[in-house]
Amino acid sequence: MHSFGYRLNGLLTFAVTILALMCAITSLSDNFNTPSPSAEIKIMNINWFQKQPQGHDEVSLTMNVSADLQSLFTWNTKQVFIFVAAEYETRKNSLNQVSLWDAIIPAKEHAKFWIHTSNKYRFVDQGNNLRGKKFNLTLHWHVMPKTGKMFADKIVLTGYSLPEEYR
Amino acid sequence: MVISSALIIWKGLIYITGSESPVVVVLSGSMEPGFKRGDILFLNMNKDPIRAGQIVVFNDGRDVPIVHRVIEVHEQRDSKEADILTKGDANPHDDRMLYTSSNRWLQRKYIMGRAVGFLPYVGWLTIIMTDKPII
Repeated sequence: MHSFGYRLNGLLTFAVTILALMCAITSLSDNFNTPSPSAEIKIMNINWFQKQPQGHDEVSLTMNVSADLQSLFTWNTKQVFIFVAAEYETRKNSLNQVSLWDAIIPAKEHAKFWIHTSNKYRFVDQGNNLRGKKFNLTLHWHVMPKTGKMFADKIVLTGYSLPEEYR
Repeated sequence: MVISSALIIWKGLIYITGSESPVVVVLSGSMEPGFKRGDILFLNMNKDPIRAGQIVVFNDGRDVPIVHRVIEVHEQRDSKEADILTKGDANPHDDRMLYTSSNRWLQRKYIMGRAVGFLPYVGWLTIIMTDKPII
């Protein structure tokens, strides 16, 4: 009962259990954080709006994104992944979500920012439904912890629309 | 003791999360710096619809499942089936080139679970565990 093997086994189990417990408590401490993020997105320009050779509508736009996400960071936060998605519906699809831009915020100091950018990813519809289309822009964030449970949420900004004609 | 408690936890997780592989090990660096090789991810699979931003594990008939983020969702009105596009955070391009049999989109049936939590570095332990022919 007191051989080296048994002692090592007992020690290892105990160590791993304590470690797992500490990670769980660390993760639980994130629940005490009540975040109050804010964001604003302005579409500065519709650069072009075309029907692609394969037949799908595509838009290129430039937008201004400003946000304050500092309240999302806790001591257990490794990074916050954010992205802006356009959400709209069409006759065939009840929901379309297309990610236009994303970024990684590695620390609280970088979480209050302002960026002027064109869409990083192509805004392509599955059909030709984008003319005159009203859409929402959502800023999503995904809090990735150093250990434990990940939190995700979003802010929905409504009231955007695309031009009636291709240009 | 280590092995039996690990087994209990593993089987318990399968039951709680409702997924056949409730834990996966991150094998590539395509989701860095969020997830590094050797991290383990806790998965959950419920009937909630797949939405952009979720980190999903999918296997469309390849050797190893891939853990990437959903960047596009097109959900059909009538069938509620959805066309999904994924991309690794650290990759410059989306996964379209990776999908098997020249699919342009992923379907929900290929998705094994959503990542809801993670533990760093412990993945190396899981690799050792799954090598033992207990389960």
